[in-house]
Amino acid sequence: MSSTFDTIANIISETCDIPRDSIKPESHAINDLGIDSLDFLDIAFAIDKAFGIMMPLEKWTQEVNEGKATTDQYFVLKNLSERIDELVAAKGA
Amino acid sequence: MRLEYFQLIDRIVDLNLADRNISSVATVPTTNPIFEGHFPGFPLMPGVLLIEAMAQTAGWLVLARHEFKRMAILCAVRDARLRTFVTPGQQLSIKAHLKHEGSGYTVLEAKGSVEGNSVCEATVMLRVVDFPNAEMRSHMRAYAAQIGLSVETPVDG
Repeated sequence: MSSTFDTIANIISETCDIPRDSIKPESHAINDLGIDSLDFLDIAFAIDKAFGIMMPLEKWTQEVNEGKATTDQYFVLKNLSERIDELVAAKGA
Repeated sequence: MRLEYFQLIDRIVDLNLADRNISSVATVPTTNPIFEGHFPGFPLMPGVLLIEAMAQTAGWLVLARHEFKRMAILCAVRDARLRTFVTPGQQLSIKAHLKHEGSGYTVLEAKGSVEGNSVCEATVMLRVVDFPNAEMRSHMRAYAAQIGLSVETPVDG
């Protein structure tokens, strides 16, 4: 399992008081874990700090609202981990 | 400080966009219906309003950074400390520092003092959203001008 996923899962567990064991790569942050938008801001803050990035939440939300992307692409944790890896790679490029 | 209108900041005394700092002052009114209940015979500035004053100061910094094109709305308060009583007639000095700027949100640390003594502090998270309408944006720009926050030429910015 990628360390990115583990970092994100630990953040979610600590921020939202969700048992770590119940957080899987296939978990959808909203549909499966029940994380609401305010809690997700706390998670975004912790992820931004942990990886030294700025998750483009507004852009992602806009894409979902316009039907250009699904929530799965950004909020299923294995996909979120990939997005984070991309952001980290782009930062170092 | 106009408690009835929830306009708690009297004046922005310093704004440094580069360093992401802002300072404000706000004098607690000597009389107000709030003090008739909080508390009879012992008027105190409510602690939640101290938190609000810190959040409003933080909000002005965020509005200035976004050149008044977006609005800041309080959504979370962390590590709030209300260290001592603040009473009618006292002048609060509030400082806020933008700690993190995310996508659609910001996190700021704020502190309040009276005559150099710390009275309150908190970390506030503000959502950054588009103004819902032109009227609100116009009002915020006008209010900013009233309290000395120049929209066109920020201080030290």
